Amino acid sequence: MATATPSVDLSEAMITTVTPAADWVIVLPLVLALMGAALLLMLRQKRGIAPIVAMLAVAGIIACEVMLLAKVLQVGPVSMTMGKWLPPFGISFTADIFGAGFALAASIVTLILLVYVQGEREPGDGSDGFYSLVLLLLAGVTGSFLTGDLFNLYVWFEVMLIASFGLIVIGGQPIQLDGAIKYGFLNFLATSFFLLSLGLTYGLLGTLNMADIILVAPSANPAAMAGVAGLLLLAFGMKAAAFPVNAWLPASYHTPPAAVSALFAGLLTKVGVYAMMRALVVLLPASRDLLEPLLASIAIASLLIAPLGAIAETNLRRALGFFVIGGIGAVIAGIALPSLHGIGGAGFYILHAILTMTALYLVAGLIERLTGQTDSRRMGGIYAAHTPISILFFVLMLAAAGVPPFLGFWPKLLLLEAGLAQSGLREGGAVDYLSLAIVVALLANAVLTLIAGSRLWAHIFWRAGPEGELSEHRSGKLQPLSLREARFGLGATTVLVAIVVLAGLMPEDLFTAARMGAGDMIDPSRYIAAFGLAGGTP
Amino acid sequence: MNTVIFRTIAPLIVSIMLVFSVYVCLRGHNEPGGGFIGGLIAASAIAIFGMSSGVERVRAAIRVDPLSIAGFGVFIAGLSGLMSLFTGSPFLTSIWLYLDLGETVLPLSTPMIFDIGVYLVVFGTISAIALALEGEGGDI
Repeated sequence: MATATPSVDLSEAMITTVTPAADWVIVLPLVLALMGAALLLMLRQKRGIAPIVAMLAVAGIIACEVMLLAKVLQVGPVSMTMGKWLPPFGISFTADIFGAGFALAASIVTLILLVYVQGEREPGDGSDGFYSLVLLLLAGVTGSFLTGDLFNLYVWFEVMLIASFGLIVIGGQPIQLDGAIKYGFLNFLATSFFLLSLGLTYGLLGTLNMADIILVAPSANPAAMAGVAGLLLLAFGMKAAAFPVNAWLPASYHTPPAAVSALFAGLLTKVGVYAMMRALVVLLPASRDLLEPLLASIAIASLLIAPLGAIAETNLRRALGFFVIGGIGAVIAGIALPSLHGIGGAGFYILHAILTMTALYLVAGLIERLTGQTDSRRMGGIYAAHTPISILFFVLMLAAAGVPPFLGFWPKLLLLEAGLAQSGLREGGAVDYLSLAIVVALLANAVLTLIAGSRLWAHIFWRAGPEGELSEHRSGKLQPLSLREARFGLGATTVLVAIVVLAGLMPEDLFTAARMGAGDMIDPSRYIAAFGLAGGTP
Repeated sequence: MNTVIFRTIAPLIVSIMLVFSVYVCLRGHNEPGGGFIGGLIAASAIAIFGMSSGVERVRAAIRVDPLSIAGFGVFIAGLSGLMSLFTGSPFLTSIWLYLDLGETVLPLSTPMIFDIGVYLVVFGTISAIALALEGEGGDI
């Protein structure tokens, strides 16, 4: 019974040192998000309090994550293992620069979004559990970025799936149910593939702790591990909406309210592609090398097909969905070019995509509010009526395409550098045509995205009125934003765009962080050491 | 289902199941049982009560909205994990308190609070679903 005092020496399996309270910054973001979601579930009938509680919880999460990031930048990866058991017995939470940085970006975006929805929602309209689900989604995203255990990652994927499934159907429009079926079914399939590969990993290696996998994987059967890595690639590729399995994203992201789709576009696919990077680059680098031609092909196809889809699409938010897929292609290009520049560029691009894609969808929400339409053919004439929105969209479009000096340019520069270095063009000798193709695809993606974006801009803002309307006068059908919408909706969007612009103008610190983060990914010795595995680090 | 026999016997079944669910939850630390299965038994009791007496009477009897009970469960489970902050240990480390009651020793612990949280989450969630399915409007 529980009263029996342990007579065995547990120092082999348990942490015997005192954990200082400052170490808790790695789990507190997650605990705050989960407990905030629970509190909001209890408060969902209380009108008016819910948004304030949600914002306070997210502000607390941001504070913890700022401290966490500062610590990681100072001392390298940090880790905490639950319940005093040493890893691999306990579940570890381990943050390196990429994990901590993306978690911080995700919670900043969520806070801005919570302010944004105050313009859309009536005060006290929290009875449908919106705020609770947003915090639950943030808990899933934060957990995925910070966890150091592969099975735990699966748990956070499920949390994310449940929360996003709830968010996508709030409102109950028939089109939302249509989007929810496609989104839910394919993402459920992806998590099932993930679970399958976890079973195989555990069968082959006997562990799911990330540091332990890195140490054990080289001695396993390389063909079997490559199979597992391929299954992981399929699962995370579906989550990230990479090329052959991307169809669900443009078919579902435009159905919920703009704020919800902004949250999805900014966070969900990025978690998928981050998990792909973590699994292939850090955990199974040998299998990644075998899969490299496949990764390069996926990257090239996503980079080229996504902006072409955006050009062909007339529905505004569906077109933006293709922009998201193009960004995923850029990150996978980085995974296919495993140098300091390549991985650094991929990580930098994830940060850029979290901020820029959310902002694009927020602007799209304002445009839809202004015109009452979702199809760009029936929009027009906003430039004359509402110049600030047209400037915001233009800036974001340039940032998404990667035009200097905006944020999207810098990670693409790193990726191009990595591609050119790997292609061997500079040194002469044998040319790696696959890397060269990635470079060409990255450049073509920038041009095509620019075409798609400027086409949208010209149609929505520049043209005097909807398609077929010959009048040169400004369209009379626009409904000006109410004071509340302007204050919260436009204000929050402007803040996010300002962050994107400022980060683009001062990328020096981000470059340093990306280089350090990529260094820990390529050579994970500091990452492994942070875990403090049982039996000491060999 | 709405026979006289069922309606007469239902309150008895429901009360026995609710007491049994608490027993299963508490014995779960070292023996088969626990918060999850206890919550399921309690939620089944609520479902039977709903079948025999109607959803409105059940909602009046449990007073609190089932989903709020689930939220409270997550909240206290989180709190039980946070307690170890004050003992210099990582998150979710168990803390034990042995109450000496003369004839026996009563072990109280944070895993027990966590398990009660799990009980409330399962109870609240499954009850909300059951009541929504049994109700007319399907409103959770």
